[in-house]
Amino acid sequence: MDFLKKGLAGTLESGDIFIEIEKSELPGIHIDLQSKVKNQYGKQILLVITETLKEYGIDNVNVKAIDQGSLDCTIRARVTTAIYRGSGKNDYRWE
Amino acid sequence: MKNYAGREIPDILLEKGKMSPYNPLITNGLKKKESLSSAERQRQSRKIVDSLEKAVALSGLQNGMTISFHHHFRDGDYVVNYVIDRLAEMGFKHLRLAASSLTNIHAPLIRHIQNHVIDSIETSGLRGELAEAISKGLMDVPVTFRSHGGRAYAISSDQLHIDVAFLGAPSCDPFGNANGYSRDTEDTSACGSMGYARVDANYADKVIILTDHIVPYPNIPFGISQYQVDYIVEIPEIGDKNKIMSGATRYTNNPRDLLIAQKAVDVIAASGYFYDGFSLQTGSGGAALATTRFLREKMIARNIKANFALGGITGQIVKLHEEGLIKKLLDVQSFDLDAAESLKNNRFHQQIDANYYADPFSEGSVVNELDVVVLSALEVDTGFNVNVLTGSDGIIRGAIGGHQDTAAGAAFSIVVAPLTRGRNSSILNHVNTLTTPGDTVDVVVTDQGIAVNPLRPEIIERMKKAHIPLSTIEELKEKAEKIVGIAEALPFEDQIVGIVTYRDGSILDVIRKIRNDH
Repeated sequence: MDFLKKGLAGTLESGDIFIEIEKSELPGIHIDLQSKVKNQYGKQILLVITETLKEYGIDNVNVKAIDQGSLDCTIRARVTTAIYRGSGKNDYRWE
Repeated sequence: MKNYAGREIPDILLEKGKMSPYNPLITNGLKKKESLSSAERQRQSRKIVDSLEKAVALSGLQNGMTISFHHHFRDGDYVVNYVIDRLAEMGFKHLRLAASSLTNIHAPLIRHIQNHVIDSIETSGLRGELAEAISKGLMDVPVTFRSHGGRAYAISSDQLHIDVAFLGAPSCDPFGNANGYSRDTEDTSACGSMGYARVDANYADKVIILTDHIVPYPNIPFGISQYQVDYIVEIPEIGDKNKIMSGATRYTNNPRDLLIAQKAVDVIAASGYFYDGFSLQTGSGGAALATTRFLREKMIARNIKANFALGGITGQIVKLHEEGLIKKLLDVQSFDLDAAESLKNNRFHQQIDANYYADPFSEGSVVNELDVVVLSALEVDTGFNVNVLTGSDGIIRGAIGGHQDTAAGAAFSIVVAPLTRGRNSSILNHVNTLTTPGDTVDVVVTDQGIAVNPLRPEIIERMKKAHIPLSTIEELKEKAEKIVGIAEALPFEDQIVGIVTYRDGSILDVIRKIRNDH
């Protein structure tokens, strides 16, 4: 999927994660993660974001993630939504 | 010889008895006073000093000495910052600050630590910016954390010697009878009980009362008695009474807290310690405080009355007292204004000091007479050890309070916690900081399950008999891990920033500096 515009999803509420994805000039996935549990769960959060992007075959993006203690399922949901919004597609893969 | 009054006094009494003959000219102070009225004498009290600077000079405070404060105003306290600002201006250095606790409002201390006005701190807890700065290595000397009972014992046994105590009091008369409220006036900044301050007043070399209400003599009832007070300073405001009830003592409507509270009450009812005449304490924290509400229903249903409640008295507990469900209240610290009001008005609501409350070596310490205590926790581990001092990020954000004291003293101790908070599990393999040893914790109640300490097999039997579903503590830990995953180890460095002591002063654990990557 291609990013036509910035894809935004999520909020800054406790337990949620705010995700912003946009096209990058540089190759690869670049994630800027802010999280109050970065020390304990930072690696896991980065892994879930990267895996979700890869599931949709996405590369060459900048991701801004502001986490407020979200669980893996929330992170996946927010990243997926941001992908669809940024690419303008709506052929959702319902689980 | 003949004494001044002309009576013959046998020499043997004077020589061998080492007594002296009456002489009003040298029996200083016993000479009848000038005929001043009582009102006049109050106006001329020599204890009232017109500035804090003057009182400090009179107290003999020197660099390197220990000064103490109480935390009965919690987040509304103005006294600590006011006094230390003045001491800094006066040029004092290298002081040891021994507070009963410190809160968010004490962030300005950071500057005084950087400038070496304060070299070391003894406290029950730390919160806010000050706590975060200390966790990140602000101080050269680690902070010593003590429980309320541990502090009282350390002070009364002179392991913690206080040179000058600066005690804020909402009311004080010209001779030093001070209290957390006044029956003479409605407009005092009431904090209710002064239980922690009374220890300082008992044992400090010099006691300075700071008050915003000098009331007529005699200010009764008093929490601190005139013979313990050296100087009195009037300042415009000692605290904000609306902030007494803050942070740790908020009233909850959080459904998860209410669920935990309901489960805790079921556990109490089945424990064998819920009988007519039982005694209880609820600690701070939403779920612990909320247990009172559900307990009331259970007490009415079973026609059970409590003999006394201890605390940390809250408005909730006061309601039960006024309804006749709890006979007596013993109050070392009033958690809200309703409690302060009750202390003022209710005859069987008694103010007690921290030695009376929880001194580990004093027989009759009230904690040792407790049947049931409900306590909160930030973390519990599979050994039932509790952490109430550092958050899941390793940063100090709490207080030992009476946690250790009541867990050890009560016949039945319950620790309540949500299974997970955000992405953090409350149940771990090892707590990050050990503040209450697991062998003093009998039951852990979470929203997702209840675990009884295997050291208490009789409790397990009673729970089973009452059809209360139990988990092992390991099962609770695994349940949480399924939701949140497994946390990586925190980036602690070698520097020790805090020493956690047990009630007897022994070292329970240390808190290390957390890597500062922000």
